[in-house]
Amino acid sequence: MLNSFRIPGAFARLCRRMYLEEALAAAAFAMFLLTLSAQALMAHEFKAGAIEIEHPWTRATPNGASVGAGYLVLKNEGTTPDRLVAATAEGAQKVEIHEMSMKDGVMIMRPVAGGIAVPAQGSVALKPGSYHLMLMGLKQPLKQGAMVNGTLTFEKAGTVPVQFKVESIAAQGGSDGGGHDHMTMPSGK
Amino acid sequence: MKSSKLSSGTLVALGVAAFALVAAAVVAAAPFIRPGDAGVASVASAATVGGPFRLVSSRGGALSDVDLKGKPFAIFFGFTHCPEVCPTSLWDMSEALKRLGPKGEDLKVLFVTVDPERDTPEILARYLQSFDPRIIGLSGARKDIDAVARAYRVYWRKIPTSDGDYTMDHTSLIYLMDAEGGYSGFIAYKDDAETRDRKLNALLDAKGPTG
Ligand SMILES: [Cu+2]
Repeated sequence: MLNSFRIPGAFARLCRRMYLEEALAAAAFAMFLLTLSAQALMAHEFKAGAIEIEHPWTRATPNGASVGAGYLVLKNEGTTPDRLVAATAEGAQKVEIHEMSMKDGVMIMRPVAGGIAVPAQGSVALKPGSYHLMLMGLKQPLKQGAMVNGTLTFEKAGTVPVQFKVESIAAQGGSDGGGHDHMTMPSGK
Repeated sequence: MKSSKLSSGTLVALGVAAFALVAAAVVAAAPFIRPGDAGVASVASAATVGGPFRLVSSRGGALSDVDLKGKPFAIFFGFTHCPEVCPTSLWDMSEALKRLGPKGEDLKVLFVTVDPERDTPEILARYLQSFDPRIIGLSGARKDIDAVARAYRVYWRKIPTSDGDYTMDHTSLIYLMDAEGGYSGFIAYKDDAETRDRKLNALLDAKGPTG
């Protein structure tokens, strides 16, 4: 919204000066770096039939907090679609599947009825600002560096054990694996 | 007083200025538009953000707008049963305060719960131990929370989940208020560190020399 008004002049000038080939090469290199760091981050994964569960993680919670959020990427290598319908996490009374969004500065969160579809030969990401597992009724705060045992239940692939890695309280799941994933690149969104 | 004729050039300039003012007002008001599913959309003008309040502080005792007079402050709304936006905003604000250093010494940062039924001042105090000690939590009676939310054009709504539990939708903007309690801008959730610092510095510089 307001962001679109803030395209730095220096960047625009730089763009004009760059030849297309140079720009493409730079973009390709940037993608390459991003892929590398993303792969390093995704080192831990689990399987449920044809579904690959990549890097389940959660954020360290503030003192006395009773909720947390779980994130992961589901990749379906099979030819039949499936659905993530339930989850559990040790230390949480219950886990719900939620979707968050931002509308005109208002944070909106809703339980997702019927779970999240994992399309055949496709993938879906549970990530900040979007789908997440809502860990409710936490008995203990989630401490950075810990592993939380849990399960994911799919409509077809059944229930599989996973481990959520507790990352820093600032984690946003960016390719840097830490800090707030705030890109300062101009965006036309 | 002598009446002087306005040249057409002046008239055009005035027209342009008037248009720019209206456009700026529309842009400034955009964040205060409530989400469509909340019923009647209401657009607040920036001039109406802020107002008197009296709430219970996480440090004990009451805190009112009168106590804040003379110093700029930042105020935002949330709840401790928030999985992402509230802890992240509090963390980002803590980091910004750290970067401001002594310059931010007098900056009060207020975190007002929209969930006073669960967020007592004691629970807020415990929660805020994970963040910069300058951040003050505010709770209070439902009617007092409603009043301050209305004054700051903050939208909130309880959303039932399973087993009688609930979560909440709420405005995520961090309002920046000047030394007179007047609205002077906001920090958005997606603002990067540099933008946050620039906005906070502008707020602190506007109050003039410290002391
Ligand atoms: Cu949630």
